[in-house]
Amino acid sequence: MNWILKTMDKMRPTFSKGGKLGWLHSTFDAFESFAAVPATTTTGKVQIKDCVDIKRVMSVVIFALFPAFCFGMWNTGDQHSMAFGLQWGFWMKVWYGFYRILPLILVSYIVGLGIEFAVAQVRGHEVNEGYLVTGFLIPLIMPIDIPLWVLALAVAFAVIFGKEIFGGTGMNIWNPALLARAFVFFAYPSTITGDTVWIGGLGKHADKVVDGFSGATPLAQLADTGTSPDFLQMFIGNIPGSFGETSTIAILLGAVLLIWTGVASWKIMVSCVAGALAVGTLAIGFDASVNHLVMGGFAFGAVFMATDPVSSAQTETGKWIYGFLIGAMCIILRLFNPGYREGMMLAILLMNTMAPLIDWCVVRKNIRRREKRAVAAK
Amino acid sequence: METIRLHKGLDLHLKGEAQKKVLQALAPEVVSVKPSDYRSMVPKLLVQEGDTVLAGQFLFSDKKRPQIGFSSPVSGKVKAIVRGEKRKLLAVEIEADKDIRYAQFEPVRVSSASREDIQKVLLESGLWAAIIQRPYGIIANPEDTPKAVVVSGFNSAPLACDVSFALKNDVDAIQIAVDALAKFTSGKVYVNIDAKEDGASPLSMLRNVELTRFKGPHPAGNVGVQINHLCPIGKGEIIWTVQPQALAAIGKLLSKGIYDVSRTVAVTGPRALDPGYVKCVPGTPMSFFRKAAGVQEDEKLYGQPVGVRYVSGNPLCGENVGENGCLGFYDDTVTFLTEGNYRELFGWAKPFRMKKFSTSKSYFSWLAPKKKYEADTNVNGGERAFIVTGVYEKVLPMDIYPVYLLKAILAQDIEKMEQFGIYEVIGEDFALCEYVDPSKIEIQKIVDQGIDLMLKEMA
Repeated sequence: MNWILKTMDKMRPTFSKGGKLGWLHSTFDAFESFAAVPATTTTGKVQIKDCVDIKRVMSVVIFALFPAFCFGMWNTGDQHSMAFGLQWGFWMKVWYGFYRILPLILVSYIVGLGIEFAVAQVRGHEVNEGYLVTGFLIPLIMPIDIPLWVLALAVAFAVIFGKEIFGGTGMNIWNPALLARAFVFFAYPSTITGDTVWIGGLGKHADKVVDGFSGATPLAQLADTGTSPDFLQMFIGNIPGSFGETSTIAILLGAVLLIWTGVASWKIMVSCVAGALAVGTLAIGFDASVNHLVMGGFAFGAVFMATDPVSSAQTETGKWIYGFLIGAMCIILRLFNPGYREGMMLAILLMNTMAPLIDWCVVRKNIRRREKRAVAAK
Repeated sequence: METIRLHKGLDLHLKGEAQKKVLQALAPEVVSVKPSDYRSMVPKLLVQEGDTVLAGQFLFSDKKRPQIGFSSPVSGKVKAIVRGEKRKLLAVEIEADKDIRYAQFEPVRVSSASREDIQKVLLESGLWAAIIQRPYGIIANPEDTPKAVVVSGFNSAPLACDVSFALKNDVDAIQIAVDALAKFTSGKVYVNIDAKEDGASPLSMLRNVELTRFKGPHPAGNVGVQINHLCPIGKGEIIWTVQPQALAAIGKLLSKGIYDVSRTVAVTGPRALDPGYVKCVPGTPMSFFRKAAGVQEDEKLYGQPVGVRYVSGNPLCGENVGENGCLGFYDDTVTFLTEGNYRELFGWAKPFRMKKFSTSKSYFSWLAPKKKYEADTNVNGGERAFIVTGVYEKVLPMDIYPVYLLKAILAQDIEKMEQFGIYEVIGEDFALCEYVDPSKIEIQKIVDQGIDLMLKEMA
């Protein structure tokens, strides 16, 4: 393995300042620190540091996404074979899903990381790892048939206007992955709404579809017909929808990992469910509102999107309020907005906007306490 | 006696803890006194090369507060005056006599003495520098009357000196010192001891003080954390703090009239061959500690040679003084750490990293909570913006929002800094926050910057 270090040592002068490719030093640093933890040592009074870093934190999220991703591959194939009446085996379905999602992932990473690297280069920063997660999230919340150019535009919009203009990972107000989805939703609505976009090939080859197959997501079905698939089917996730959002059980596996490692806040997830159930119970009764937890992007949003530490509330009390309001807002949008069936994306983006305000109120209490103490002392 | 339980914090288990034995080594020939030991103090030099000095004689004084002087811990000849860029005074080196000759001050009978008598001898001898004030962690103002004096009677930091072992014979001197300090404050003198030791701590025998037990992981032994729970500091309030070994020195000064700052220092760390305790004065060079405890010279990590880092202080709050550095005025621990200047292939991606400790459950150190680690100084990653939330609060047992305070400091917003509690903290209280931070932000440095800014603005 030492040859990797040696090769990097050989290449470094070329990429250092003054070298032939010196202007690419941020890019080189990114690859170098990816391959080996750098030899930098502490310079302050704290002489030693924990061995966890942002790369590790981000890779935990990617691991947590894997169950949903794997299920998505199979489900994409399964939905496709059902729609066109194909007798596919398990691996054929997985292969189809893989074959369809790969271009989306490649476009997402190439466009997103390209912008990240370029910006890091211009600013002279290190490249942030944040996009490794965002870039994986974006294909998982898109319909499989989304045109690649629309995806590329959405990614560029999300990275530039969602993140870089605020100063990069850690400074953004909104969740960049959701911003990409919102961009598609508002700019190219036909690619992300309706009954034909959720199943591979359904839009193009509508004539070959098996008779009676609709392709509508459970949420659409519920709005149009008042019925929905049974709970277990939706819980397992064998339903039309965005690539990674359908299987609540796969998402829960990821949630366990995120909570266990402490990477995502369990408070947000729990309060999000509580908020949805609270509003749902008031409006449509408990049983019907439980169904909403396994429909659409609720579970995926609650576990992977709402818990983004940068755009969520930062204080522990704030996280309870923030999560609760996301859940509540999502159900309100789903139930009382006839034009739009899925409320999770907008609920999270809205609460992203409100998160600093929630924190402000929480922190204000701490400030008041301190002020009171000072007055009492006088 | 009240017991205060703290639940937040982190006890790090590191290799190289000092054995409870006193190591011997020949007394050092040269001792240095460094102005940089004293926070935000600009020195005015009072001696020249070649002068002979007694222990307790001023070498330099504070330019802004000339009554506060800094004394030589030994007697001898001023060997060199070390200056850096722009002729900044870095250190005064003293060639030490074999037997220390002390400048004689007037002993004070504390029970009948006034505050002024005690203050006079503390200032004259240079031992006033041992009294630190909060806010800011600077040397106290002789004109102030603090609302309390707080002494932390134990260290909770990893590898830090065991105060009870170091002070087992000094209770009488400490009693004199706390009685003397009681005359300065309008409130109480608090002495805090480790709940784990309870009666075993020599400090639990003290009279006329408010004894409190603290129970919990590090930073329970940090005086700043204790103040936050006993008598939090508001705007305009002042609290004085003194370290226990400095109390012993104050006691000796008041009873015998000599400036005897010799102390028991723990020589620790994974690279120390025979970690233990030594008796020495501040300013003692690292060569002395190397001789006493021995250093493991050649070592390799991941196939790459790694050197030794010499730290005056503990691994979480110390100064990297280098091989030729010396013990700081306020330090009672010396740590020999492994320099982390190695590269670890795909370190962050490895499922297991047996040699390293992490609070993150994405590694598996939680499976072996008692295992001791050979910590090294590698940063283990690159610096990023604040991303992860909630990790800092878990190791800071204070009523403070750390990230908000840090961001206020970065924005240089004085009003916000006040609101978020800048008066209650110094860098060492945030040491664990920096340790656990996956974004590798130099949090202690930010806090220090904030304090410097406050000092500048409030002056």
